[in-house]
This record gives sequence, C-alpha cells and structure tokens, in this order.
Amino acid sequence: MGEKHQRETNIAAFIFLLPVAILMIVYIFYPIIDTFVTSFYKWNGISADKISIGFKNWIKLAADENFWAAFINNIKIMILSICIQIPIGLALATLIDFGGKKTTIFKVLWFIPLLMSSVAIGFLFNYALATNGGIISTISNLFGGGNIDLLGNPGTALYTVIGVIAWQFTPFYIVYSLAAYTNISVDVFEAARIDGATKGQYFWKIALPLLTPSLKSAAILSMVGSLKYFDLIYVMTGGGPGRATELMGTYMYKLSFSQFNMGYGSAVSGGMFILISAISLITMKVLNGKKEAE
Amino acid sequence: MNQITKNRTKSRVSWVVAIVLALLWTVIAILPFVFMVLNSFKEKFEMLTKGVFALPDALYLDNYKAVLSGNFVSFFLNSVIVLVISLVVLLFIAACASYPLARFKFKLANPVLSLIVACMSIPIHITLIPVFKMSKAWGLYDSIWALIGPYVAMAIPVSVFILTSFMREIPREIEESAFIDGCSRYQIFFKMILPLSKPGLSTLAIYNGVNIWNEFSFAYTLTQSAENRTLPLAVWEFQGQYSMNTPMIMATLTLTVLPMIILFIFAQDKLVKGMTAGAVKG
Repeated sequence: MGEKHQRETNIAAFIFLLPVAILMIVYIFYPIIDTFVTSFYKWNGISADKISIGFKNWIKLAADENFWAAFINNIKIMILSICIQIPIGLALATLIDFGGKKTTIFKVLWFIPLLMSSVAIGFLFNYALATNGGIISTISNLFGGGNIDLLGNPGTALYTVIGVIAWQFTPFYIVYSLAAYTNISVDVFEAARIDGATKGQYFWKIALPLLTPSLKSAAILSMVGSLKYFDLIYVMTGGGPGRATELMGTYMYKLSFSQFNMGYGSAVSGGMFILISAISLITMKVLNGKKEAE
Repeated sequence: MNQITKNRTKSRVSWVVAIVLALLWTVIAILPFVFMVLNSFKEKFEMLTKGVFALPDALYLDNYKAVLSGNFVSFFLNSVIVLVISLVVLLFIAACASYPLARFKFKLANPVLSLIVACMSIPIHITLIPVFKMSKAWGLYDSIWALIGPYVAMAIPVSVFILTSFMREIPREIEESAFIDGCSRYQIFFKMILPLSKPGLSTLAIYNGVNIWNEFSFAYTLTQSAENRTLPLAVWEFQGQYSMNTPMIMATLTLTVLPMIILFIFAQDKLVKGMTAGAVKG
C-alpha cells in the first residue's frame, strides 16, 4: 500500500513537472552546454564551416584585456550601485515610514522611474544628457558653466551611466525597504517609544539591526543584477566612448551579433557565466555562513 | 527641561534635512520625465530655439499623430500577443511544477527545487547564441513566436520559487479531506490548489508581465523586421527614422511608457507589490 502510494506520487510529480522541465532543458540547460561546446570552435554563426580550435578561445579570453576591463567596469557598477542605491533607498523609505500618510505623495512620485523599461530610460537619458539642450547642460548654462558632455567623455561616461542606473533602481530599493519595514511589528516601535527612544535611536539601535537580513538580500540582488547588466548601456553608449562603458554583456553581444565571431562570443559568455556563478556562490556562502555563526 | 528643548530642535532640524532630501530626490526622479513629456509636444526646432524647459507654444500634437500613424500600433499589438500567450503558458506550467514541489513527498523534491531556483542568477547571455541558432533552425527567426519560448523559460525559476512558498502556506487539511473523499491529485490541483493560489498568481502575473513587456535582449536578437518587433524596439525604429527630431522620439517614448502609467494609476498598490515580488519573497 505505502509503496504503491509512493509510486503514484512519483508519477504524478513527474507529470506535473514535465512541461517546466522540457522548457528549461530546451531554453536554459541545453543552451548552456551548447555555448560551452561552441566556445571550442571558430565559427561566424552563418556558414557551415565550424573549425575546431581546442582551447584557443579560452586562452585568448584569459589574456583578453578588453574582457577584463569590461569585468572591472561590471565590478565598479556593482560596488557603486550597492553603495548608492541601497542607502538612499533605505533613507527615503525611512522617511516615508516615519512620515506616515503625509508622505504618500512622495511614494507615488518616487516610483515613476521604475515604470520605464531600460531601453526607454537609455534613450531618454541619451537626449536628457545631450551636450546640446540636455538637462545638465541647461542647468550648467544657467550658472554660466557652458555645455557639458557627460556621455562622450571617457572619464565621466561610466559614472554617468552609474548615475542613470541609480535613477532607475533606487525606487526599487525604496519599495523593498518599505516592505521590510512593514515586517517589523508595531509593538516594537511602540515599546521603543514608551521607553523614550528618539526616532534616531529607534532607527540605529532597533530598526536597522532588524532590517539587516533584508538589506543583505538586497545587496545580493543588486550584485547579480549589476554583473548581468546589459540593455540600458547597450542602448545608451554601446560600450563607448572607446571602451569606457564596456561591460561583459555588451562585449559578448557585439562580438557575437555585430562581428559574428560566435565562437569567441561563446567563450566570453561562458566566462561571464562562470564569473557570475562563482561570485554569487561565494557571497551567499559568506553571508549565510555568518548567519549560522550568530 | 533644557534636554527636551534640545531634543525638539534636533528633531526639527532632522525633519528639515529629511524634507530637503525628499524634495531633492523628487526633482531628480521626475525631471527627466518632465523633459520627456514637455518636449514631446514641441515642434522640431522649437526645442532648440526656446530651450528645453520652456513650455510649448501651443499643444502641438503632430508628433503623436505621426508616431501613431506609423508602425506603432503594430509594435503594440505584437507586444500584447507575446505578453498574453507567454503569461498564460508560464503561470499554468509554473503552477503545475510548484504543486508537487510544495506538497508531495518524494526524494527529488528538494534537489529539483534547488536546481530551478539556482537558475535565477543565470545571465541570459549564455543562452543567446544557442537560442538564436534554434530559432533559425526551426524557422521561427524574425517572428514574434520566437520570443515566447525564451520568455516563458527565463521566468520559470522566479515563478516556481514564489509559487512553491505560496502553496506551502495552504493548509494541509483541505487537501487531505479531499483525498479521503476520493479526489485524485489532478482533481485536487485543478479544483483546490489552483483557485487558492490566485493571489500568488496575480502577483506573479504583474511581476513577469512587466518584465516581458519591457524585455529587450531576446526581442532585439530574434526579430529583425519592423513589423515583427515588440514595443521596446519601437523607439529603436523611430530613432533610425527621425534621429535629429528629438520631440518625435520623446513622443514615441511617452507612448511606450503610457500603458504602464495607466496601470500604475488604476492598480498602484498591486503593481508596486507585484514588481518587487521576486525580491521580497527572497
């Protein structure tokens, strides 16, 4: 009886899981393997002659300055995104949480950037930051500073893009922190108030430690997102000027779909996959390990 | 006494600082938006001669007329078709998969769930070239049908993750009494679990709906001709056509954002909750 029941359970589980399994195999697992296989070939993506070249693409990748420069740009975006978006998001959420009903209007206005797609934001800021007739240039001209070319200057392009990314995603961390605040029970706040804690004390001594696990997850989220980043930058700068804003994603895309160097493009996306998986695994281990130790 | 006044001034000062910060961020958040909408109502040269933040001379609607009489409607319809089909397929098969993972006892339940959830951090770039090859081989390249498979597959991990934790909360007794009454697992799924999962499914519909609506990389890689492209690529096409006409591009952008703004106005709380679903549950 028990065995028969278990067998029926197994069969039902198999049937329920089948559609998802097929789609994931076709569109995720098989492509990952295929990408690694393609990375051992020289291939332009169109012609039939695929030449096996062994580890040549991977050796080239390991020594490819452009790839590592792109990786460093990803890391810069990652660090600055975590340091800019999460604290501002938390600060603004705290304001809404403490301010109550009066501040609802801010919540609505602050959410607006999140309504736009990355592509739309990329285009909008291309024009909004234009040297001629852009927002920053207009403001600068008010004070007699003349036009400013933020995106065309290799020294400022990456930081400008990071600013735009912060504009896009800070609202997300506002909403995220607000949700974390609602998980703190009202009793905790009441108890703190009765004990005579000021709002500052409440935030630093009580709320912040309670919010820390959520903030850690937010950091992981921002980290993975930054390493995978692609569409906004592809639309805004295409990786330029020069290679100033090149990311692993834009580098791989241009290699594969503009230069049709799909063999090497596969090696780059394989490298990207390995780096992202390794960094996420290590970070999760470190953060979870600490949790267990506590 | 002195301490209390001191605290009061301190609290007042921090409120002033907070309000200044709030207003500053409000300006930063909406200024690009104002720039977009304001200039979309201007004539081609009006923007350059009068300055970008000057109000338009008159309510000039020709940009919108031009955009709407072009391919815009076809981009929009393509997006709607892709969105509806992808969402229906995704929600159904994700619910199917989450049910055994959340409620059955079998050996592979945890490893399978972990494997699916681990796929959440996979960069789509690793799948782009093979999916591009497959679409060509299957004759799907340059049609909206090429997009549905990747869109559903990429949204599976987060959907199964959220739905599994949602289904775990459904009380066991409901299922057990139905089982005793002679319902099969399939009947239980369709008659009880699926209807009871509606709140989770609607949150997921919003979260994935927004992502699919805005998706760029696959749409850009797997389609080529203007009549087969989705809304995020509309701007791309119009930029080629009107590259020097900034107000025209701003009108296109405003129109692409409009559906989201309408949704935001009518279902603000649901949208906000849905869009952060993937994160908050994690």
